[in-house]
Amino acid sequence: MDILLKQVGYSYAKDTPFEKRALTDVTLHIPSGSYTAIIGHTGSGKSTVLQHLNALLQPTEGSVLIGERKIEAGTKAKNLRDVRKKVGIVFQFPEQQLFDETVLKDIMFGPLNFGVPEEEARRRAIALVEQLGLPEGVLEKSPFDLSGGQMRRVAIAGVLAMEPDVLVLDEPTAGLDPRGRREIMDLFYRLHQEKGLTTVLVTHSMEDAARYADTVAIMHGGKCVATGDVRDVFANEEQLGDYRLEPPRTVRMQREFEEKTGLTLDELALTEEALARSIAQALTEGREPK
Amino acid sequence: MKGSILSFEQVTFTYVPEDEAVKPAVSDLSFSIGEGEWVALVGHNGSGKSTIAKLMNGLLFPQQGTVQAMGLKMSEESLWNIRSQMGMVFQNPDNQFVGATVQDDVAFALENNGVPHEEMVVRVRESLQQVKMADYLDHEPHHLSGGQKQRVAIAGALALRPRLLILDEATSMLDPQGRREVIETIRELREATGLTVLSITHDLEEAALADRVLVMNAGHKQMEGTPDEVFSSGEELTEMGLDLPFAMRMAGLLKQAGVPMTGESMTEHELVEELWTYYSSK
Repeated sequence: MDILLKQVGYSYAKDTPFEKRALTDVTLHIPSGSYTAIIGHTGSGKSTVLQHLNALLQPTEGSVLIGERKIEAGTKAKNLRDVRKKVGIVFQFPEQQLFDETVLKDIMFGPLNFGVPEEEARRRAIALVEQLGLPEGVLEKSPFDLSGGQMRRVAIAGVLAMEPDVLVLDEPTAGLDPRGRREIMDLFYRLHQEKGLTTVLVTHSMEDAARYADTVAIMHGGKCVATGDVRDVFANEEQLGDYRLEPPRTVRMQREFEEKTGLTLDELALTEEALARSIAQALTEGREPK
Repeated sequence: MKGSILSFEQVTFTYVPEDEAVKPAVSDLSFSIGEGEWVALVGHNGSGKSTIAKLMNGLLFPQQGTVQAMGLKMSEESLWNIRSQMGMVFQNPDNQFVGATVQDDVAFALENNGVPHEEMVVRVRESLQQVKMADYLDHEPHHLSGGQKQRVAIAGALALRPRLLILDEATSMLDPQGRREVIETIRELREATGLTVLSITHDLEEAALADRVLVMNAGHKQMEGTPDEVFSSGEELTEMGLDLPFAMRMAGLLKQAGVPMTGESMTEHELVEELWTYYSSK
């Protein structure tokens, strides 16, 4: 499902003395099936953009097209059920939204609300608990008796249980340990590929953006200042610097390596594995007598 | 090691003691933190780190073993005295602000402790200087960045002149820049004052700066040593759900890809040097 933000402006508390502009003239196209990372400094407007993706916020200027549905400034959008069903958002620290007596009930809450039959909702919950690497016995427990990492997984299961077409992730792994982070990011990526989801990742981690995304958008001062292919965005160190962002560590190491040895790697390495392979190859070729 | 500021002796704690099927959150744990040390407590989610923090300040009491702090055995009677000598900074910067301005916020605990006004003004200024936030006295906390908020929270703890500063995942909600700011602040603070610090974290770049690292795994202490010693155990750490610093991960991957590596490079800079040496030695 495509999402298109067209010249979107947004002000909090509009027409009051407390009015505060958060977005200015943001145009951003998220093509169906893409994996887009939105990066930017704290306060750049990333989270405000995110809330437009399922009409939690409605633009004060411009329009947002979510699939077939158009949300326009100035008209009050009603009946947003369909939009909310198709676009699932995993907020930061989603475990703070857990509320039900048992893990099972908590995960089933969303789908039941959207009219999924009880049996089906239960089936999804059971499958998701397994996919997310939670022990089976967890279903009947209170979500509040779980560890922080497990609570996070339950909250994520609650969003996935609605089987959205578009998955929007706001720093979904902040506060998790390294293995948990990798497992959850890999799971999102697998779902993205297997189910042909459209995925939007809002993140501070340039490494995650490089590893998983195919497109990157940079937010700065409430504007979307650049979008492009992940390699192009991360190769442009000057542009990143302008927006107080750093390239991923792999890119920084690649540059240092190239400068030191005078060798040039074939392409920008986006993951640690790829960087190691490229360096090994360049060294072998470089060492061969010409 | 100088005198111990905090020690656990064979501490075991279970949330549900009546149910034997429930494993203890912390079992048979012993460690000690000496005056002036910086110790990092690391472990995966659910390894017992948060429980340990609660045992340290008397929010929880162990079923077995003893917790000692500031020379006192932790008990209902001693806990107020102990807490007054410990500063704690928590994970979420937004959950720990009470004051309308930065200086009010730092003064809050002092006021609660009946510190006279003149003394309070001096301490507020001094502690904000220590975290380089003295220019923000009258700023509203919610207009600060995450890193600045956490530095103010640290100043609030410092104003009480604690003997031990505990950072409970204090950098995990920050962006990379905020994280660096806070870690740098702690490093400078340690250099200037020699304050004893315990950081509970799974950020290994933070742990790498500590004098000593304790690694928790499923309620047990799995490893203890200098950062170099702990990181050199490589796979054992990754099996526990932790990670290695970037340079060491890269060294491992390069080795797999057929580049002979010594495994001694601890930073990416050293790693590039090592690759260059190898390349130019043909």
